[in-house]
Amino acid sequence: MEKIPILRMGRFLLVTIQVDLYDRLAENLESDLVHMVRKTGARGVLIDISAVSIIDSFMGRILGNIAMMTKVLDAETVVVGMQPAVAITLIELGLPLKGVHSALNVERGMELLRSKIALQDGESQDDDIYHSIE
Amino acid sequence: MSILKEQDVVPFRNRVKEYAVKTGMGIVNQTKLITAASELVRNMLLYAKGGIALIEVVSRGRENGIRLTFADKGPGIADIKLALKDGYSSGKSLGLGLPGAKRLVSEFDIQSQVGKGTTVTIIKWKNG
Repeated sequence: MEKIPILRMGRFLLVTIQVDLYDRLAENLESDLVHMVRKTGARGVLIDISAVSIIDSFMGRILGNIAMMTKVLDAETVVVGMQPAVAITLIELGLPLKGVHSALNVERGMELLRSKIALQDGESQDDDIYHSIE
Repeated sequence: MSILKEQDVVPFRNRVKEYAVKTGMGIVNQTKLITAASELVRNMLLYAKGGIALIEVVSRGRENGIRLTFADKGPGIADIKLALKDGYSSGKSLGLGLPGAKRLVSEFDIQSQVGKGTTVTIIKWKNG
């Protein structure tokens, strides 16, 4: 069976979608990703959709689900490389992909993930200091 | 082209793309048309367990475009006005399929009879 590969890169998981997904493949990716986040304790997920020419409401829902599911597992999801025509179509369709972070390309996506995680870790360190003073 | 299972969706979209490219449609309009087609094919699979999709090249005056017809023998839609409202869904989806598809194309027509089926016709003009 076809499968979308999920690569591990340090604290992040990296997914590059190279084909137009049919529904089963997209659903499998959703569940595989969530399991991988749990298994690896990844803090971020980066999904490269630069080769995806169509995002319809189904695919949009899958991306939204992935973002929300990984969020409750303490990982941030960033979608990168969306084609301009896809962005225009998504908004006209009425699907703003709420809760999904996005970045222009893989490099900027990685930066975004790093900064988000640094921010979170920073906050928790501050908490520790606060508690120790108490 | 008959659409009977989920795996038919991507080949159908590819066919639509071929025709759209042939008319010289730009990438943004192509993407809008294919996305609308994808929504409508999905509806057909979800609510009517499939149907027939027809792709035609049409012209009006100097303008060329693609007409897609989706005909199913499903349960039909009792209240079309409601079905065209954003966020309304009788299924578990986001309720964007019909109204979203309508926004993405130049012309949109829906005929439905309860118990007999639904036919949706859309046209996307090359420059529309």
